[in-house]
Amino acid sequence: MNAMLPTDTPTTEPILQMTGISKTFPGVKALSDVALELRPGYVTALIGENGAGKSTLVKILTGIYQPDGGSIRIDGKEVTLPTAEAAQELGITAIHQETVLFDELTVAENIYIGHQPRNRYGLIDWSAMHARAAAILHGIDAPISTRIRLKDLSIAQRHLVAIARALSIDARIVIMDEPTAALSYKEVEELFGIIDRLKKAGKAILFISHKFEEVWQICDYFAVFRDGGQVGAGRLDDVSHNDLVKMMVGRDVTQAFPKLPAEIGDTVLKVDGYCHPTEFDHVSLELRRGEILGLYGLVGAGRSEFCQALFGVTRPSAGTVSLSGKPITVHSPSDAIDAGIVYVPEERGRHGAITAMSIAANISLPSLKVTSRRNFLRMAEEFDLARKYAERLDLRAASLSQPVGTLSGGNQQKVVIGKWLATLPKVIILDEPTKGIDIGSKAAVHAFMSQLAVEGLAVIMVSSEIPEILGMSDRVIVMREGRMAGVFERAGLTPEALVRAATGNKEAAA
Amino acid sequence: MNTIRSLLARREALLVLACLLLLAAITARFPAFSTPKNLAGVFNDTSILIMMALGQSAVILTKSIDLSVAANVALTGMTVAMLNNVAPGLPVVVLILVALGMGMLLGAINGFLVWWLDIPAIVVTLGTMTIFRGLAFVESGGAWVNAHEMSPAFLELPRALILGLPVLSWVGLLAVVLAAVLFTRTGLGRAFYATGGNAVAAVYAGIDIGKTRFLAFVLSGSVAGLCGYLWVSRYAVAYVDVASGFELDTIAACVIGGVSTIGGVGTVGGVVLGALFLGIIKNALPVIGISPFWQMAISGAIIITAVVINARGERVKGRIILRRKELPL
Amino acid sequence: MSDQSAVLSPRHIPDRLDSPLKRVLRSWETLLLAVAIAIAIANSLASPYFLDPWNLSDATFNFTEKAILALAMTFVIITGEIDLSVASIIALASTAMGAAAEAGAGTPVLLLIGLGVGFGCGLFNGFLVAKLGLPAIVATIGTMSLYRGIAYVVLGDQVYKNYPADFAVFGQGYAVWIFSIEFVTFLALAIVAGVVLHKTIFGRQVYAVGNNALAARFSGVRVRRIKFIVFLMTGVAAGLASVMLTSRLGSTRPSIAVGWELDAVTMAVLGGVGINGGTGNILGVVIAAFVMGLVTFGLGLLNVPGIVMSIFMGLMLILVIALPLVVQRLNNRRRAAR
Repeated sequence: MNAMLPTDTPTTEPILQMTGISKTFPGVKALSDVALELRPGYVTALIGENGAGKSTLVKILTGIYQPDGGSIRIDGKEVTLPTAEAAQELGITAIHQETVLFDELTVAENIYIGHQPRNRYGLIDWSAMHARAAAILHGIDAPISTRIRLKDLSIAQRHLVAIARALSIDARIVIMDEPTAALSYKEVEELFGIIDRLKKAGKAILFISHKFEEVWQICDYFAVFRDGGQVGAGRLDDVSHNDLVKMMVGRDVTQAFPKLPAEIGDTVLKVDGYCHPTEFDHVSLELRRGEILGLYGLVGAGRSEFCQALFGVTRPSAGTVSLSGKPITVHSPSDAIDAGIVYVPEERGRHGAITAMSIAANISLPSLKVTSRRNFLRMAEEFDLARKYAERLDLRAASLSQPVGTLSGGNQQKVVIGKWLATLPKVIILDEPTKGIDIGSKAAVHAFMSQLAVEGLAVIMVSSEIPEILGMSDRVIVMREGRMAGVFERAGLTPEALVRAATGNKEAAA
Repeated sequence: MNTIRSLLARREALLVLACLLLLAAITARFPAFSTPKNLAGVFNDTSILIMMALGQSAVILTKSIDLSVAANVALTGMTVAMLNNVAPGLPVVVLILVALGMGMLLGAINGFLVWWLDIPAIVVTLGTMTIFRGLAFVESGGAWVNAHEMSPAFLELPRALILGLPVLSWVGLLAVVLAAVLFTRTGLGRAFYATGGNAVAAVYAGIDIGKTRFLAFVLSGSVAGLCGYLWVSRYAVAYVDVASGFELDTIAACVIGGVSTIGGVGTVGGVVLGALFLGIIKNALPVIGISPFWQMAISGAIIITAVVINARGERVKGRIILRRKELPL
Repeated sequence: MSDQSAVLSPRHIPDRLDSPLKRVLRSWETLLLAVAIAIAIANSLASPYFLDPWNLSDATFNFTEKAILALAMTFVIITGEIDLSVASIIALASTAMGAAAEAGAGTPVLLLIGLGVGFGCGLFNGFLVAKLGLPAIVATIGTMSLYRGIAYVVLGDQVYKNYPADFAVFGQGYAVWIFSIEFVTFLALAIVAGVVLHKTIFGRQVYAVGNNALAARFSGVRVRRIKFIVFLMTGVAAGLASVMLTSRLGSTRPSIAVGWELDAVTMAVLGGVGINGGTGNILGVVIAAFVMGLVTFGLGLLNVPGIVMSIFMGLMLILVIALPLVVQRLNNRRRAAR
């Protein structure tokens, strides 16, 4: 159950109290009247689906965003957090979901940037910095040299440096945003050891995760967010697993994945022994018409990298690909598109759509040769094409000339998917298709994916969400640290088997 | 063996090697080039470039650029030369302070526009470059200030010998030391690297990136202001086209020295060596008998080569996912 | 969900919300046009010589060559790059033409050489930036020195003067009435540039690359090829400008067109082309070229020296970019205070 609790009264005074916090972005209400309390010496879990507002709250607590309303109290006194520095000075530190550090600086400097140890002349004391950094890394069992540049580390190692940085700031409030996403089973155990030590030292910890097993293992209190609002909070001892799930999802957990049965046809894509010098090794698969192939693994397992190589963004160092029996060479995305392979990237805003350009321009971009006449653009044709797919995907927007950046996450995703469907592909690769999307749009994307398979497309779906993988895939390939760790059929597949393969854990971590 | 390879991978080592090879090649045919006296002369000649390249490198580190430094030199230089002409009794120290202060102000204007109005640095300094030089014309009416119109004290200072080296060289050395301390031992210096390396992470780390960029421009401008005095005094003339095109030399020195335009990468040693490399070539050409008309073309070829070498070092190798056999310890 | 006004069902999503007229009135080009008209009025009040047709025609010579550079520069800047070597290409092309003229080449050959050298220089620039992936600003600073440096090596402090008589037609000839061949060529090129940028697949891809090169690549746009082509364009444009300039001056010095790269960039940025890429249009650049020409001409009539004129150019560049930002900043503050 829970780790040792400090021996004081069961309800300790909270060190942090947030009440009535709201935050609105153009077109999206990220947080609405939420409350949160953190107690020193205890771990509070913040649970919620993707897009529930957890990361926004973290950014408010760390001074990156300013709340539009509400109050924050530390030690009972009202405070404001106008900058990251202010938050740090009040003793708040965070380990963000994506490590935000400096590739070109050394590990020691990454840990101490902004608060480097000084000698008596006020100048930076490098030897003290390296010594202290080494000590912290040693304390969390991270065998990383302090003199190495961050860009030479693996993703898991970078995460450890981020943790070390959080520890170097003698903070009273430690926020961990999905800290175990990229960690193997052993590394997760080590992290829990670190958290235990922090608890004993009297720190208040906010543990953000959507993995229930971990929450039950390490947390004492909980708060549940859903669609930007807080729907429950209290002691974990007082609730059951199902209570939490219901709060998180807002309805009974029945089949939220409307997977329709599809007729599975011939092999349309065959990949043999795809290798890359640093990202993945000997990945092979066969994909058939009408099939949805799930690609599961931890963050950083190499799934996106493999898919991007398939799409021609990077070059594999070895391996072959053939489409409907014919071998093809894919050296660039335009090669892939010509062959009929398309890719919906994980990062919608950066890779998926050009957010400053209009919906119509985005949807028509790969299809310009079709909509134009002899290289001259025909706007009417482009708008027609865009409207056709907007209808098909149930896109909600004020006008087709609207910049994609002003749409909600779900609608942006529809634009990206629409763009690709307009090219009439044979294989569509979806990388974390429902990441950061609210529940309503999620179901729509799943329904749509299902429909694509029915219509004869071959689908590869990269996902880190077990329910999504289990609910949508006909077959599942698991990757771990760049290599294939298992191929599973849908029938009889359990979450435990998936997690075991993805984390390399001999005993199930359920 | 590994240490030698990793040492060679460092830009500074390569540059030292390049400079030594260059010197060796020149000395083989013209032994007189490498006498201590001549080498000291080369260093003296390159002092101004070293200082201004250091100022420019602070700006480039923060992922900006300062195209106005040469015009800054022209304006401040003309101003103090005219002041000296009109009031020869004014102590040189005062004039130096005027030059510094003026340069600081000009740099602050650049920094303000980049910080508060978020105008891209290249646009701002493109504009201020022409404005500053135009102002030099306006204040001087296009007239020159010649050597005989400058007071002896004004001209003497950079040439005065201390321990056998001219004051100009000492100022250059002092600038290198100060820059090294600033870049590697102060919060501001590290903030330069952080701001240019990853602006978002810098904000998360509590660094004010706008203020950091502003201060980089103030530094660059102040150095240029000081060099304004040094230039007109050393060359004993002040006219509107002083240091024309020199901003490109400062950028070239930085690029050769390994300072990357993507920001966050570069060292004081590299910049100094880059400037010295250019200085050696400039001084060697007349000695070898190559007409000075070759200088620009050679400069250009070197810059292109340096940028290609820089780019190879910056290439992203792809994320490291496959676990390596040995962990980096 | 979305706070957009009137989010309609997909079947009824309109193509556009703003009426075309409103969009035009609020645009940068309209602002610039207003500035141009204001300057024209000021000029005509300041000097009686302003509205003379032949004087106006003479005035066009001082900016058409730079404007042709600016047209090509627009493409480069919109893709998110920059080409600082254009003026040096002019010098090198001019030197090549001068050397050929000394060797007795005729006008058609000279024209080919000018354009060819421009093309070759553009090819090299494109290779460095698009194929090798070097940062354009320092790569073109390098080629800037290299190209003009070669001109200096060949020419030193000499001058090429032996151009055939009929070579002068490019830079000094007139097409019809007061409209010089240079001016007419510029207008024709402006129309071509406008059509290519705004109405072709290539143009759309140029905007895509400038807005988000990574996303464009992920959408199948051949980013490297686009970047390569735009540098070829500035090369050829510089070659053409070199033919015109050399023909107009009748001579070649290695110091020809010094500083013109900055004028070309200023013209583009003044014309509303965002220096970070992804925005801008040809009409704005054309109007900006006229604005700069009018200012130069007007100040010239008042006998203002060239270098003082450049103060105005620098100020104009900064003010024109800064003012909208300041206004926006004040608006935001007023809105927040409510």
